[in-house]
Amino acid sequence: MAMTFAEKVLARKAGIDTVVPGQIVTVRPDHLLTHDNTDAIVAKIKDELDTYGLIDPSLPIVVLDHVTPAANEKNAAAHRRIRDFVRRFDVRHFYDIGFGICHQVVLEEGLALPGALLVGSDSHTCSYGAVGAFATGIDRTEAAALLLTGETWLRVPQSLKVVLHGALPQGVEAKDLILSLIGRIGADGANYAAVEFHGAVGALSMADRITVANMGVEMGAKIAVFPVDDITRIYFQGLGVAFDPTAALWADPDAAYAQVIDLDLSALVPVIALPHQVDKVEPVRAHQGLTFDQLFLGTCTNGRIEDLRVAAEILRGQRIASSVRLLVTPASRRELEQAMEEGVLLALSRAGATILPAGCGPCLGAHLGVLAPGERCLSTANRNFEGRMGCKDAEIYLAGAATVAATALRGVLTDPRDLAPTTEAR
Amino acid sequence: MRVWKYGDDINTDMLFPGKYTYTCATAAEIRPHLLEDLDPSFAAEVQAGDLFMAGRNFGCGSSREQPALGLKAVGIAAVIAASYSRIFFRAAINQGLLLIECPQVVAAYQPGAPLHLDLAGACVETGGATFPFPPLPSQILAIRDAGGLLPYTRARLAAKAR
Repeated sequence: MAMTFAEKVLARKAGIDTVVPGQIVTVRPDHLLTHDNTDAIVAKIKDELDTYGLIDPSLPIVVLDHVTPAANEKNAAAHRRIRDFVRRFDVRHFYDIGFGICHQVVLEEGLALPGALLVGSDSHTCSYGAVGAFATGIDRTEAAALLLTGETWLRVPQSLKVVLHGALPQGVEAKDLILSLIGRIGADGANYAAVEFHGAVGALSMADRITVANMGVEMGAKIAVFPVDDITRIYFQGLGVAFDPTAALWADPDAAYAQVIDLDLSALVPVIALPHQVDKVEPVRAHQGLTFDQLFLGTCTNGRIEDLRVAAEILRGQRIASSVRLLVTPASRRELEQAMEEGVLLALSRAGATILPAGCGPCLGAHLGVLAPGERCLSTANRNFEGRMGCKDAEIYLAGAATVAATALRGVLTDPRDLAPTTEAR
Repeated sequence: MRVWKYGDDINTDMLFPGKYTYTCATAAEIRPHLLEDLDPSFAAEVQAGDLFMAGRNFGCGSSREQPALGLKAVGIAAVIAASYSRIFFRAAINQGLLLIECPQVVAAYQPGAPLHLDLAGACVETGGATFPFPPLPSQILAIRDAGGLLPYTRARLAAKAR
């Protein structure tokens, strides 16, 4: 029977030959990701952990990234309790503050591999679909139960096939691709579904794929996944991570899909998501001249070296407009150090950017770069919900790194393709 | 039953602002901030037994469970929505919160009109019409009926240890 990617992974993990959409299977995930919320998760099962212990010390991946370094006493105490838990149960995969955003760290450490099943108490766990893993978000209570049992249920999702054509034009980024797709199908356009990317995936780098998979949840997707190809192999080679090529899975050519969507990359343009919904997507040029107070380059969506390079290229040797502030948060220490070595951070700093530690930073509004009432922020993050950056009366727009850098330079919303005017054009 | 009705795409930040995610975890801490940015009257006036109604894609966004935990803690008898975002759906089941997916009743319900929820009959009556809703799969019902995933897990672990 022809099967989709999701059907193959879940059948294998459930130890059965075939599964169909809607079926509920019991599975044992390869890893469970938790972050600063580990404290609240562990608190739910204090007595049970005393009695039964942790099911498997190599199951959890704990990364401190959300409010790091601690912003207040309450966070600091929570971080301390998490470190105690990690020591007490000999948790094998623990990354203290400074390693970076959990999703970036999980990928860099080779903990999300092709064909693996990961669940995480964070909605952007779907990022690992970039390397061909089945990865999806769960809530804290489920994470708590998993620490005790190592087992959970999953409903086999319907699948949605996105066929890419062509290549992204100059000045158009993977962020524009995923925002355009979400704008087209809506914030629930892929609800409960596994989204598979087919066709011209070779036109997308690993950084591009992570950006796209990361935002799968913003269209409701359970997973968003790419096939394993040379780009995946080169990515893991670069990280020094070995993986079992026979574990990689992909859909059969005649698998059944709830929907097939064709997307022409060459027709895409730089876009923004308007407040307060990720699916309110319009071309940058339709809102050119809009003023901003804060610009934010970073997050698990767009805080990689590739994004920092794009911004540095635009800002090197220039100054950001005096009316704006630019915050830069590398996604991980690895990305931060690479950006240091390449002089990318120096270029951004000289242009007037404020460099923040590797981590989630301003994205969730808990610390670092909270907005004031009436302010407007253009961000490379994945969410622009009301109140997201700590203030209900502020507006958040979403865009790619090039649009954020171009806008920082001019002080008003700018299509990056309109920046470098050549002498001929003048 | 009193019904609190809201629109489509009600996200987790509207239900419980992200800025409190790492400082509020218990029902008592969550309650005052429930729906803070969406409807400040909710936390003050909600009563046990009230119903919560929303449109499409209810609970989209973050994986934070404070919205589901909070709605259960204030005594929401059931949530009726046109559709749910999947992480919220799991979180609600795991808290033992009753979820009903029924776009027809959401479309038909007039604010202030009487509404009767018939659990045994798996239907909702309002405005003179009856709207049946599909039952949840048995594996999921077992978790909800145990009062949520933690009581369910405790019972299983205890049975295994015996």
